Amino acid sequence: MLNEITRRDVLGLAAAWGLSFALPPMDLRAAQKRGSERAKSLIILWMAGGPSQLETWDPHPGTKIGGEVKAIKTRTKGLEIADLYPLMAEQIQDLNVVRSLVTKEGDHERGTYMVKTGYRPDPTLRHPTLGAILETELPLAGVEIPRHIALGDSQWPSWGGFLGAEHDAFKVYNPGYDLHNMQSFRAKESQARRLENLTVLEKAFQAGRQAQSKKTLHSDAIKRALQMMSSEQLRAFKIQDESESTRKAYGDSQFGRGCLVARRLVEEGVRSIEVTLNGWDSHARNMESHRSNAAILDPAFAALMNDLRQRDLLQSTVVLCIGEFGRTPQINPLEGRDHWPTGFSCVLGGGGLKGGMVIGQTDPDHAKTEPSDPILVPDLYATILKLFGIEYNKEVITPIGRPMAYSSGKPISRLLG
Amino acid sequence: MPKRIRWLPIAVALGVVVLVVGATRTAPRQSNRTPDLEVVPALPETVAQVDKFFETTWAEQKIQPAERAPELQVYRRLSLALLGTIPSLEELRQFEADQQPQRLERWTQRILNDSRFGYYFSERLARSLVGTEGGEFLIFRRDRFTNWLRENLQLRTPYDQLVRHMIADTGLWTSVPATNFISSAFANDDLDENKLAGRSVRAFLGQRIDCAQCHDHPFDHWKQSEFQGLAAYFGQVNKSAVGIQDFSNVDYKVENRKTKVQETIAPAVPFHPEWLPKTGSRREQLAVWITHPDNRRFERATANRIWGLMFGKGYFDPVDGLSDPPDKTDLLDILGADFRQHNYDLRRLIQVIAASKPYRLDSIHPSEDENQVEELKAQWAVFPLIRLRPEQIIGSILQASTLGTIDQNSHLLFRAIRFFRENDFVKEYGDLGENELTEQPGTIPQALLRMNSKLIGDLTEANLVNSPGRISGLSPNDATCIETAYLVALTRRPTAPELAHFTAQLQAASKNERSKVVEDMFWSLCNSLEFSWNH
Repeated sequence: MLNEITRRDVLGLAAAWGLSFALPPMDLRAAQKRGSERAKSLIILWMAGGPSQLETWDPHPGTKIGGEVKAIKTRTKGLEIADLYPLMAEQIQDLNVVRSLVTKEGDHERGTYMVKTGYRPDPTLRHPTLGAILETELPLAGVEIPRHIALGDSQWPSWGGFLGAEHDAFKVYNPGYDLHNMQSFRAKESQARRLENLTVLEKAFQAGRQAQSKKTLHSDAIKRALQMMSSEQLRAFKIQDESESTRKAYGDSQFGRGCLVARRLVEEGVRSIEVTLNGWDSHARNMESHRSNAAILDPAFAALMNDLRQRDLLQSTVVLCIGEFGRTPQINPLEGRDHWPTGFSCVLGGGGLKGGMVIGQTDPDHAKTEPSDPILVPDLYATILKLFGIEYNKEVITPIGRPMAYSSGKPISRLLG
Repeated sequence: MPKRIRWLPIAVALGVVVLVVGATRTAPRQSNRTPDLEVVPALPETVAQVDKFFETTWAEQKIQPAERAPELQVYRRLSLALLGTIPSLEELRQFEADQQPQRLERWTQRILNDSRFGYYFSERLARSLVGTEGGEFLIFRRDRFTNWLRENLQLRTPYDQLVRHMIADTGLWTSVPATNFISSAFANDDLDENKLAGRSVRAFLGQRIDCAQCHDHPFDHWKQSEFQGLAAYFGQVNKSAVGIQDFSNVDYKVENRKTKVQETIAPAVPFHPEWLPKTGSRREQLAVWITHPDNRRFERATANRIWGLMFGKGYFDPVDGLSDPPDKTDLLDILGADFRQHNYDLRRLIQVIAASKPYRLDSIHPSEDENQVEELKAQWAVFPLIRLRPEQIIGSILQASTLGTIDQNSHLLFRAIRFFRENDFVKEYGDLGENELTEQPGTIPQALLRMNSKLIGDLTEANLVNSPGRISGLSPNDATCIETAYLVALTRRPTAPELAHFTAQLQAASKNERSKVVEDMFWSLCNSLEFSWNH
């Protein structure tokens, strides 16, 4: 773009603006590390609306509850998944399938809160999501772009809660295209004039308000924004740099592009990434929406797994595919399935977790509603926090003075190596 | 995705229709067009009491308070807190032309009579009453609830009455809007009595007993049994075809966490049971108890909340974390007693706070020591800098981009644009939800949004109708141009160095460049700390 300001321009402008911030040197060596040496990242594939366990990772074909879907064998011995996922069947061996997640929240907003934070909604405080905790507890030097990013059109993108709004995910609604608000549309001289004006304005306002002004972090936020606008690390968002075959493998969808950007962000050292796939709320014609969503999820997820393995990033990257709940075993008169928080599935692995396990079981006859070997979300998150080396039950003092543990659960030891 | 979203386009379309229809029906509001002398209620005694309270504290603590803020600055604060936007140039000209005594008091009154006040303030109040989450589909109608609040703010219905309606009303969430206080607590098709007990105590008594839901409060005196006793007041509520109802034959049962046995819990209040009436449904009894004139907690909680909405942070912080009422009379008792004695009139409470000394102080103070400034803030001896809420920012940017007042009488197009832009902007800027009245720093996405978003680009790019265009086109000289831009965006005139800076820029500019220079000036004004922080 004609007016795109370069890194050098920004450094020049910043100097002219009297900004004495030094851009930290990029830690190239850290970014290039591979295998378990590398700092860990988390990618959450968020299935918004609540996918059916039966048409994804926990099929029961030929039973009363099974619906039309068939099961296929996978590269994990003994594991069968819905036949809508032929590519994932080839890529699932490093991952684990949990088929017995249980929560008490059957509403989208409450369920999302529960599964993103590990806590039930509480009117007196807002808990941080797993991604925000990782980003807060494990700061990264040398990453100029946000360390906690939500990709895709999410209604409730990952949030910092009581850790503060500065830990909210940086939102990229349409990944793979130009970044929102990241470029100035003005010519260089205009941009320089604007920043110069700001200096004059700040000087006038701050006279007599030094201490209070400093606390607002207003000019720090502007400096960081300028730094980000010119960062070379923004290249992570440019999937045009990938080969056509790679882009094709992820699929021509917002979610597919999001997964590809997610892998590129991991390579830049970004800590937590959430990629959202909407459209799972299949109250009517369940099979149809699951078929069309599988056509998006299957290639993207499989390409991501393949890529992470090929690039030796799987040892350092936890991947979790999960939604706010599952769907009822019964099929309703509209051929849909309704909300079901009692026995639903997620897939997770990588980052040093053990792989190839199947945990829990739902009843194909639906004689009992509770799954065997139930797994609670707080336990799942305690496991991931521990894997990242964070004291999972560490209590932080919330702004209202109430101590709150990062997770109320206990790590699931069989998942940890 | 979730079902609510599918309705959004329809809801938005309906919203526009409502805007259009509403605008054609609403009688033109007189107050904005005629120079007026509103009647100011007799406040001096209470305000003097409040001022004396602070002066005594400051003297005891040997604190030198800040100077009085310029009246224009106080007017900006009032407009932001009560209307959600900064004053327009049109309003500023009228304000400055008004040289009668008690100008700020009269203008506070005028703002309270402005129809924008009801719309904005009902939304702010609703957060503490029904939260910000969507609630259960169909049975929770937030819009009905805020409309009901708005109408009653305009009618000056005593607040204690409103609270009794919220707690005790029966009927449908559509036709009896107060019941949405109850229906907001349905989750997964079940009523969450605990949520209602916790919320009632927070919103109406200003205290937090929520932790006592599961165990005795770790650092306060609340017992789990007290919490359960309060929750039992909501234990007979259920929804039916005719809406929220009480079923007097139902027992409220809770599982004992130790023995796993279901136990029947009888309704009980944690203190002063003698305030309970002898008759009425459980909820009616609780409503009378909460709003009992002897219940200092009720008036103190309301005073602290309104103080918070005016200043951006409660007199005591957090706004609903009050201790038990102290033995010695404090500020909340002075404000609370006045509120009670004047029919629990929220608008009067706002006026008293707006006229008090702390609200009129400058945010400038000679002290530069950070700890000392924190202490000054704690004693309200300097006006705090508080980040504006997203809708205040966008409301202000939209208002700054035009010279006339955007209100009920504005051109429909302006209002439709405002409606859409506000909603998108609020989503991107980030809303703090229910826990909003706390100090928050600025964030990077907010900076990026203010600096680079298309919206800001459009609004600061000069055209025939917006402020940058009209100011650069119509000003007779550079000084007027700069001064007008400052008034429009910052509600003040430029300092000498600022004037010199921009005059030099304008003089150096060629005729073609001139509008670019004005656009850049506008951009900088809207991106300054001063613009986006209440001061």
